[in-house]
Amino acid sequence: MLAFILRRIFQSVIVMLTVALVSFALFRYVGDPVTSMVGQETSLEDRAALRDALGLNDPFFVQFARFLGNAVQGDFGISYRLQEPVMGLILSRLPATLELALISGALAFIFGVGFGVYTALRRRGIISNAIMTLSLIGVSLPTFLIGVLLIWIFAVELQILPSFGRGEVVALPGGWSTGLLTPSGRASLILPAITLGLYQMTLIMRLVRAEMLEVLRADYIRFARARGLSDRAVHFGHALKNTLVPVITITGLQLGSIIAFAIITETVFQWPGVGALFINSVRAVDVPVMAAYLMLIALVFVIINLIVDLLYYAVDPRLRVDRGAGASA
Amino acid sequence: MMARLSDSLTRAYHSDLAYNFRKSPVAVLAALVALSLVLAAVFAPLLAPSNPYDPASLNLMDGFTPPMTENAFTGNSYLLGTDNQGRDVLSTILYGARLSLFVGVMAVLFAMLLGIGAGLIAGWRGGWVDTVLMRVADVQLSFPSILIALLIFGVARGLIAPDQRDTMAIWVLIISIGLSDWVQYARVVRSATMVEKNKEYVQAARIIGVRPVVILTRHILPNVMGPVLVIATIGLALAIIAEATLSFLGVGVPPTEPSLGTLIRIGQQYLFSGEWWILLFPAIALLALALSVNLLGDWLRDALNPRLR
Amino acid sequence: MKNTLSFKRLMASATALALLAGAASAETLRWARVADALTLDPHSQNEGPTSTLLHHIYETLVARNTDGSLAPRLATEWSIHPDDPTVWVFKLREGVTFHDGSPFTAEDVVFSMERVKHPSSGFQALHSAAVSATAVDDLTVHIQMSGPSPLYVQNLTNFFIMDSGWAEANDVVVPQNFAAGEENFAVRNTNGTGAYQLVSREPEVRTVLAAYEGHWAETPDVTEIIYTPIAEAATRVAALLSGEVDLVQDVPVQDIARLEQTDGITITTGPENRNIFFAYDMASEKLISANVEDNPFAKPQVREAMALALDRDAIQQVVMRGQSQPSAAPLPPFVNGWREDLHAYSAPDYERAAALIAEAGYPDGFSVTLNCPNDRYLNDEAICQAVVGMLGRIGMEVNLVSQTRSLHFPLIENWETDFYLLGWGVPPFDSAYVFNFLVHTREEGFGSFNGSRYSNPELDAKIESLATMTDLVARDALIAEIWDQVMADRVFLNVHNQVLAYAMRDGVTLPVHPENQPNMANVTLN
Repeated sequence: MLAFILRRIFQSVIVMLTVALVSFALFRYVGDPVTSMVGQETSLEDRAALRDALGLNDPFFVQFARFLGNAVQGDFGISYRLQEPVMGLILSRLPATLELALISGALAFIFGVGFGVYTALRRRGIISNAIMTLSLIGVSLPTFLIGVLLIWIFAVELQILPSFGRGEVVALPGGWSTGLLTPSGRASLILPAITLGLYQMTLIMRLVRAEMLEVLRADYIRFARARGLSDRAVHFGHALKNTLVPVITITGLQLGSIIAFAIITETVFQWPGVGALFINSVRAVDVPVMAAYLMLIALVFVIINLIVDLLYYAVDPRLRVDRGAGASA
Repeated sequence: MMARLSDSLTRAYHSDLAYNFRKSPVAVLAALVALSLVLAAVFAPLLAPSNPYDPASLNLMDGFTPPMTENAFTGNSYLLGTDNQGRDVLSTILYGARLSLFVGVMAVLFAMLLGIGAGLIAGWRGGWVDTVLMRVADVQLSFPSILIALLIFGVARGLIAPDQRDTMAIWVLIISIGLSDWVQYARVVRSATMVEKNKEYVQAARIIGVRPVVILTRHILPNVMGPVLVIATIGLALAIIAEATLSFLGVGVPPTEPSLGTLIRIGQQYLFSGEWWILLFPAIALLALALSVNLLGDWLRDALNPRLR
Repeated sequence: MKNTLSFKRLMASATALALLAGAASAETLRWARVADALTLDPHSQNEGPTSTLLHHIYETLVARNTDGSLAPRLATEWSIHPDDPTVWVFKLREGVTFHDGSPFTAEDVVFSMERVKHPSSGFQALHSAAVSATAVDDLTVHIQMSGPSPLYVQNLTNFFIMDSGWAEANDVVVPQNFAAGEENFAVRNTNGTGAYQLVSREPEVRTVLAAYEGHWAETPDVTEIIYTPIAEAATRVAALLSGEVDLVQDVPVQDIARLEQTDGITITTGPENRNIFFAYDMASEKLISANVEDNPFAKPQVREAMALALDRDAIQQVVMRGQSQPSAAPLPPFVNGWREDLHAYSAPDYERAAALIAEAGYPDGFSVTLNCPNDRYLNDEAICQAVVGMLGRIGMEVNLVSQTRSLHFPLIENWETDFYLLGWGVPPFDSAYVFNFLVHTREEGFGSFNGSRYSNPELDAKIESLATMTDLVARDALIAEIWDQVMADRVFLNVHNQVLAYAMRDGVTLPVHPENQPNMANVTLN
């Protein structure tokens, strides 16, 4: 047990180090940091002095070690574009993204499981086919187009939901800001959450459907039916329960990609989260922000992965640790 | 020769897969739509009324002509109207679909080559090679492809000279999308390789000295082509959408040589001003393309998985 | 929606009340535009959206009226010293206080002058002729110039005055100090004398300003401003249509017609003091991006051909939907030096143009890259795209590279582009500003945006002499002479003068400002 946990933690550290190396290479070698910092009129001597002061003349490993040391303390320097400390920028934008990701993840889970079960049980029904086809349309329409269409219908034509931003937010202790406590904040969340959750919902729905179909063929389900248990008991007491373990795992893992996919939704809805910050930084080659965002997302993924693995281990020690087969379904 | 060909055609027609195909109206419809779109895109230079990439043929005064309406200044009329630059929307869609398909197919091929190569090596060699490759795959799988593509784009933007970005844009896109999508192939190929390599015929081939490359390509690879094909089909739809998304975010191909995604980005600006056709028709084309490819992939997956039949 | 909105109002009012005890009622204006201010440091970035926001918080010695004339602001009178033509004398307004309560004095002007002349200031070039400022008494400042500078006061409309004590206390005596590795306090904090003070700011999200009770002028109608940058054009228009914002400053030209027809929304338009033009490297031996071994732009025939290929009327009609003033010279009509004949342009003649290209030695044409911003001017990318098509008709194969403004402008400043689009405003309302930045040979204090590498020593001498000429009639004659030369050499391929449109909900009135620097203190509500 302990050996397993230690090995997983060690692997996570290796992953983080690798990502840090990529981040550092990005920071150091994509564009000249000095040119990005100073104005046009700065003299060559001033540039050389700044280069020295920033330690850009030190050996590679010294610089990388310093980058790591600073990163561990949350210091990623100052954004070229916004001239503010990168970490502060990201932390102030994080609540918006996390709130959006959690709400749309929850929506995706609830509707995904519901539709998945329905389509598995009524495999040949008209409604099932309609849901399956609609879900494919959802997957085939790019996220940004869905967002734009939702704005057009609900904000401009019907005027029942806001088209941009988070609405009124309330500051909570600890630097967290939430839009969930105000009517306008909740209203603002609806369209972006739907836009972001749609794709994940279809993923979950298809996964639930496939798993359910698989389980329903299993012998113990046949025996359960043979024993005369009601359909209801068979479907929900046995089949769904056994389906949910991989589904919950995938949903957990998807949370990370929801955070990253939020880049598109945030751009369309002017949602003040880290995704919009990142895309603006990519467009302007604001490398410190790009590097920090990469590290942050890596950290989120590593932590989610670690938790999922440990939970798996705790729930069912017999399960193989390699979750590859499940993740690619 | 002809007899043998027709013979194998007949066999193919009566095969399980083909039977299943004929029994599925959705699959047939999707295949028809996909095929006609692909053909239209490939033969765009012959089919399109004008060449939207040739700026010399454009007349700005034709701009914003509604579908099948005469332009007040030039008297020209277009089936699907014109966009903000006076380009015929039908022609831009044909050429745009061509570019989108090109990027999609190349990205899938790139991902496939990379993934199959990595999977074969990892499965065959095992040991630390396997561990390293699969760890990399794990890490990458946990990063969404769009993020990886954006990062690669950001790096390329910093490294490529500004005047070459234009010509490199398409290749940067292909590599970004391809690199972000190789893991699934690698996983499937790796597990199949591990199963096959312990089978007796492989062991026998090894003993008589057949080179590993030959064993891998002649014996093992054909066994995994089914699942690889499924992944590739769905991957194509994903790659087309990824290209559209990147172009929408403004990091894709330049507007003078638009893909479907770029066309939608342009059209979106005219959503509120009444020029709906600039957005609507490219969006329908993208939807039709991605949806038909997705449906095919979906059907293929079910058809190749006998348990679900 | 109604409920949500009134709730929002209520919240906003409550916030404002809490902040400004004693304010009778709060009138909130929700203001959206395409981009946020890059910084709140008043001397760091010489950039439109940044200055617009800063004008609400900080004030300048003189301000620009909508008709282009100068208005007193922190200075009540200004004149050239009667005994010394190289000294400007400013009488300062009495009883002005900064937002933190400290009084405004001549020391603050002296300090701000030093700060704006620091190498890391974005406004340095505007003050290159100023040597130093001295406080004669609490309310009088002398600015020593390097020579007679009769028009220097025109350069002061974006010269923001900071509180010297506050700047020293917070260690922000220079605009930027990256080497210190620390954030500049003034990027996020302010202490100005303006009609509004900063309540809160999240860059690129929202900035909230509240009316400053202690301001020297009468109180504005708008007592609270919520400023929201919305980059996506569709989202911006949607926000106005659905009533989530009151004022949109950057209205996409294609949406003007629709908004005009919408009940409850008013549009005002007016010409901006800004011209949109193309320029090209006229001097290098060889271009960076061209497929020929010489420099086609160095040949007069090629430049003439490009002028003949540019269909300004088509761009106005289709790309700009009528919202522009096509013209041949990069000079807005209200700027000193403007002449009717400078604006005349001929109809496009593609045959003649193609013949000229062949005559210049390119029978098969040539290819070149065009650099274009895609988020700075009205429809900038679409204008470039249209011009790519027009030049294609005369055998020029133009590759378009369009990117964000922060990547585009360095290309011009670093001479890394052969052919580019630029928009140039003329804040001092005088042709000399155009010549100094765009025509004069690039050297200390001159030609920083002269991306065409144009260099004419004779013309340089004339341009330099403009700064010190006191006989304004002779000066105007010299300006005309310089323009004639610039136009004859075809230094610029001008497209049009930009027309601005502001859209607002009924009940809000705001005239278009020629420099696109509207001040919400001038908004009237009814």
